[in-house]
Amino acid sequence: ATALEARKGPFSTDEPQTRRADVLSYNNFYEFGSGKDDPAANAASLTTAPWSVEIGGLVAKPATYALEDLLKPATLEERIYRLRCVEGWSMVIPWIGFPLADLISRVEPLGSAKYVTFETLVRPDEMPGQRGLFQPLDWPYREGLRLDEAKHPLTILAVGMYGETLPNQNGAPLRLVVPWKYGFKSIKSIVRIAFVEAQPKTTWEEMASHEYGFYSNVNPEVDHPRWSQATERRIGEGSGLLAKRRPTLMFNGYGDEVAGLYAGMDLRANY
Amino acid sequence: MGGRPTADDLQSPPPNLPHRGGGARLSWLGPGSWALYALGLSPGVWTFYLGLNDQLGADPLKVLERTLGLWALRFLVIGLAVTPLRKIGGPNLIRYRRTFGLLAFFYALFHVVVYVVLDQGLDVSAIVADIVKRPYITIGMVAFLILVPLAVTSNATMIRRLGGHAWQRLHRWVYLAAAAGALHFIMLLKTVTFEAAFYAAAVALLLAFRLVGRRPFNPLRR
Repeated sequence: ATALEARKGPFSTDEPQTRRADVLSYNNFYEFGSGKDDPAANAASLTTAPWSVEIGGLVAKPATYALEDLLKPATLEERIYRLRCVEGWSMVIPWIGFPLADLISRVEPLGSAKYVTFETLVRPDEMPGQRGLFQPLDWPYREGLRLDEAKHPLTILAVGMYGETLPNQNGAPLRLVVPWKYGFKSIKSIVRIAFVEAQPKTTWEEMASHEYGFYSNVNPEVDHPRWSQATERRIGEGSGLLAKRRPTLMFNGYGDEVAGLYAGMDLRANY
Repeated sequence: MGGRPTADDLQSPPPNLPHRGGGARLSWLGPGSWALYALGLSPGVWTFYLGLNDQLGADPLKVLERTLGLWALRFLVIGLAVTPLRKIGGPNLIRYRRTFGLLAFFYALFHVVVYVVLDQGLDVSAIVADIVKRPYITIGMVAFLILVPLAVTSNATMIRRLGGHAWQRLHRWVYLAAAAGALHFIMLLKTVTFEAAFYAAAVALLLAFRLVGRRPFNPLRR
C-alpha cells in the first residue's frame, strides 16, 4: 500500500476507529475464501495494476476507463464511516475515496436509467475462492443500488483507507462504500458498472432471497431470518472476550441523511 | 429405535463395567482417561488462553465460541466412530468412548456458557428470543439438552441403576444430538462451507452405519 493524499470530507464520525490490523485481517471476500482470515491470507496474489473499469448500459458516454483515468478528475476525501456487517459485527473505518455521484454525472445516465449495477473481478487464477469444486457463490459477485441511492452524497467509491491505498483483501483497487447498508452491499474490486432500467438481482439475493434483499438497509427492527439484527459487536471494543454488544442504529446511524430516500416505503417488505 | 437389543448392539454400555460389589470402583474417569481428558480439553483451554491475551484476531469471542462448538461436534463424531471402526477391523477404542462423549458434552457446555455469558451478556430476553425464534439456535440447544442426561448417566452407578437396556435406549439419543449438532453448524453459516459439509457427511455416514447393521424392519413383529 502506498500513501494517499486526501482532504477531510463530510459525514465523518468521531467514534474511535477500528484498529487497522483488525480491518486488514477480518474480511468477507468470498473470492478469496469464505473464512474470515482467508482474504488476508490469499489476496496478496491479486494483480491490481493495470486495472480497468467498464462503464455502460443506459449512459450517454459509455467507456472503459483505466483506473488512473477514472481517478484523474476526482478529489480524494477521507470519510470515517461506521460499517455494519449483516453478520452482527461492526467497525469504524477511515476510507479514502470520492462521491460516486461525481462519476455518475461524468458518464451522463439516460433518463431511463433507474438502477446502477456493479460487478467484481472474476479471475480464478488469482482468486482461490473461484477455483475448484466447492464454490460458495455464483460469480461474478454482483451488487446494485437505486440511482438516487448511488447519487447520495454518502455513497463513495473508495480507493484507500488509513491514509493508504486499499489492501487487496479490502477490495483493491476500487470498491463501493454505502455506509447505511449492510457491508455486503459495498462491493469490492469493481470491474464493471452499468446503468439499467429494472431492479437488478444481486448475488446474495439470488443465493437466498428471503434472507438478503435488494435494499439491505441496516435495520435493527427487521431481523435476519436466522439471527437478530438488534445489536452488534464493535470489533476491538472492550477487551477482547469481554466485548459488549451495542444496539444497532436505524440506517446504521445515517437516518438523518438517508431516511428520506425511503419515505413511504415498507422497510419490512423491502428489506 | 426400540427393537430388541442384539449382541452386537452398537450402543452397548462400556464393557469394562465392574460387577456389583466388585473391588475396583469405576468412576467416569476410566483407566487411561485422564491423559485423554487433558489432551482433549487442551484445544479449548489454549483457545481461551489466546483469547485472554488478545491473540484471536479481530473477533476473539466468535473464534472462541466457534472453536468450542466445533470441538463438541468433533468429539461427537469421534465417539460415533468407535463402533464402526472396530467393526471394519480397526482398533477397539470402546474403553475411551465415554471419555469422547464427555469431552463432547464439556465442549458443548463451554460453548453454551460462552454464548450465554460472553456473547449475549446474560441478556435473558435476548437469549430466550434467540432460542425460540432462531431455528439454528433452537436446534443447537436441543443437541446440548440431549447431551445433559447422557453425561449425567455416564457413570457406572447410573448404568447399574438404569440397567443396561434402559441405559442403551437413553444413550441412543446421541444420534439425534450429533445430527442436530451438524445441522446447527450448517445452518449458522451464510453459505455451506467444505468444513460444515464434511461434518454433516461424517455424521450422516456414521448414523447410516447403524441402520445398515440392523435387522430388516418387520411390521408384523413387535
